[in-house]
Amino acid sequence: MKQLLSGNEAIARGAWEAGVHAAFGYPGTPSTEILEALVKLPDVYCEWSPNEKVALEAAAGAAIAGTRSMVTMKHVGLNVAADPLMTLSYIGVVAGMVVVVADDPGMHSSQTEQDTRHYARLAKVPILEPGNAVDCRDFMIRAFELSEAYRCPVILRSTTCVSHSRFLCETKDRQARERMPFERNPSQFVPLPLWGRKLRVKVEERLDRQSTAAAAAADLNREFLRAPALGIISSGVAALHCLDIFPDASVLKLGWAWPFPDDLIRAFAGKVQRLVVIEEGDPILEEHIKALGIACDGKNIVPRTGELTPARLMQVKSAIDGQPHPVPTAIADAADLPARPPILCAGCPHRGLFYALSKFDVVVTGDIGCYSLGVFPPLSRTDVILCMGGGFTLAHGMSKAGETRPVVGIVGDSTFFHSGITGLLNMVYNRGNATLIVADNRTTAMTGHQDHPGTGKTLMGDPTIAASIPDIARACGMKRIRVIDPNDIDNTIAVFKEELYVDEPSLIITQAPCVLNDKSAVRAPLHINPDACKNCRSCLKLGCPAIESADKKTKPAINPQLCTGCAMCQQVCKFNAITKA
Amino acid sequence: MKRNIVLSGVGGQGILLAAKIIAEAAELQGYQVTTHEIHGMAQRGGSVTAQIRYGEEVHSPLILEGEADILASLEAIEAIRYAHYLLPGGLAVISQQQLIPVTVSTGQAQYPADIEPMLARAFPRYKYLDFCSIAESLGNARMSNTVLLGALSTGLDEIPPATWEKAIAVCVKPAFVAMNTTAFHRGRAL
Repeated sequence: MKQLLSGNEAIARGAWEAGVHAAFGYPGTPSTEILEALVKLPDVYCEWSPNEKVALEAAAGAAIAGTRSMVTMKHVGLNVAADPLMTLSYIGVVAGMVVVVADDPGMHSSQTEQDTRHYARLAKVPILEPGNAVDCRDFMIRAFELSEAYRCPVILRSTTCVSHSRFLCETKDRQARERMPFERNPSQFVPLPLWGRKLRVKVEERLDRQSTAAAAAADLNREFLRAPALGIISSGVAALHCLDIFPDASVLKLGWAWPFPDDLIRAFAGKVQRLVVIEEGDPILEEHIKALGIACDGKNIVPRTGELTPARLMQVKSAIDGQPHPVPTAIADAADLPARPPILCAGCPHRGLFYALSKFDVVVTGDIGCYSLGVFPPLSRTDVILCMGGGFTLAHGMSKAGETRPVVGIVGDSTFFHSGITGLLNMVYNRGNATLIVADNRTTAMTGHQDHPGTGKTLMGDPTIAASIPDIARACGMKRIRVIDPNDIDNTIAVFKEELYVDEPSLIITQAPCVLNDKSAVRAPLHINPDACKNCRSCLKLGCPAIESADKKTKPAINPQLCTGCAMCQQVCKFNAITKA
Repeated sequence: MKRNIVLSGVGGQGILLAAKIIAEAAELQGYQVTTHEIHGMAQRGGSVTAQIRYGEEVHSPLILEGEADILASLEAIEAIRYAHYLLPGGLAVISQQQLIPVTVSTGQAQYPADIEPMLARAFPRYKYLDFCSIAESLGNARMSNTVLLGALSTGLDEIPPATWEKAIAVCVKPAFVAMNTTAFHRGRAL
């Protein structure tokens, strides 16, 4: 049967066909839809774990217990999960385990541009790189086979373009699989130094066998032999772009590029007159190929940063040919168009939080989530962002450094459970005095509304405990805890006045549901009475997309299709011009 | 034969559904199909695109600038932002709907006062129509994506109306199939 699947859906499909029994993950663009697709298929246990480290460890447990397992995350998630991955490479698995990591070249929805292939080398485990949804399904099945053959986890690296492109895929039935028995064997599964040193040697020996196998894996590493004048070695979706942009070139599309398939690389290099390595990300293949003594072009003509789009490959083509291949760029009129950056949605409760904060001279350390958008004008109320959980810990460090203004650290609810708790505990334990805020909209909003330990529901759709943020904070020793509704602007400002200047730790939970997720929070749209409106433009300081004004002379008006009736604008209007429509 | 189609608009307007219907129709017609979508942060009211490629053989899911047969936009200025994707002489189908970005409302930028002359400069061949009002008159303004789809379908001769109808039936919730089929044909007749 053929289905038009996205890369993420195809990863789920391949895993399901391979008989995956348990899947774990933490949401993160561009990886999120994998588990959302998998949970819709029968007979698979799926869960959102609080963070990627927990998810990878749980998947390792499932694989050691003898069932095929997987874990999904975005590239920065593997930073969090790197610790267990390194050791899992040593102790290994019983049934197959695949670590699916989605990189984000071009940083469409990420704070860094990382090349996960570095982690494969660091952990000394194989990495497969699908180029489209067909590869995603096929490679996922192969990844489980390789994981079992070598008893080690295998990384499958997708990218934004691969995860979010669709392709027609041939799909088959699910393999029937029995659980393989877990048998006690401390010298294999307990990496105390006396056993760990022996495991370390085995890992190195495994790499040699994998390199030989990769060179022979014609289904993963495909040669497209066309004219011999130009040969391109590439991987992932970049290799597919190359097939279109260089119609005469021979292309070696590496789907299993590490451990390096040296024999295959040497053989391909021998078939072409000029060799160019076109890699999205870092020059990992290029440096190795040069180390093999094979001359090639690479990052001297291929961009080092950003996504390798067809247009940028045309520039590479110009460099190879020595003649220009111009590509049209945005027309002159486009340069004057207003920018349309992502913004907090109409009715977003985070707006009240940032608007209230804008009334105080404070330093704000933010975090990763929708509320990162609080940095943009007109709210402009975030000063530093580092990483998941960093909102709390940065604030503590800045206040300990003697920052004279009050320091406010913000994390979201999902982020609190991900890695905010340890930061809060640390600040209370070490007698810090920053003000911590949990922007609690009752969901993991930015990635598309996934459940988390505070929502009372699992990924499988079952009711469960709803972990209480105030109770956790109290257990950590936090004495000052306020729970407020950020839609009430005056009260939010009043609470900030009380909490920002105290010389002890303080936690404010601004709690109101994301209106995209909880439609019961949506009310009738409001209306600006043009006779009462003095065009003072106070309401526009909220930065709400539902309040429109084409220019400074035009009185603002509310777009009823966007307005959710949150009434924040009504609260900031000094002339009572805003009423129910 | 190879077809490249770029859809543009603002996050939340429904270009993903339009892309899905085009891909489904091309698939039903027996072509190889690939699409590319924007998810994540850009969806929060940002400028977004979807791309569809189909033909006897397609590799890359991304369309090279200057090679799109059709550019269709659900928002007026979002057509101009991506005009350079269109082949010289390609067809542009543009909704008259104007969504004022927050950058304009807060005085950081200006929305162009007169769009028609810009469109005339950008596109030798274009349809600039009020898809929203048409959709509203048929019962739901949110169907403007289907009306627009009907309008752009006239540029894709290789897919007959019956195939489009089947694709709509596959992609749209059963209760809305009849309404959307009507919307599609209204767009096609424009």
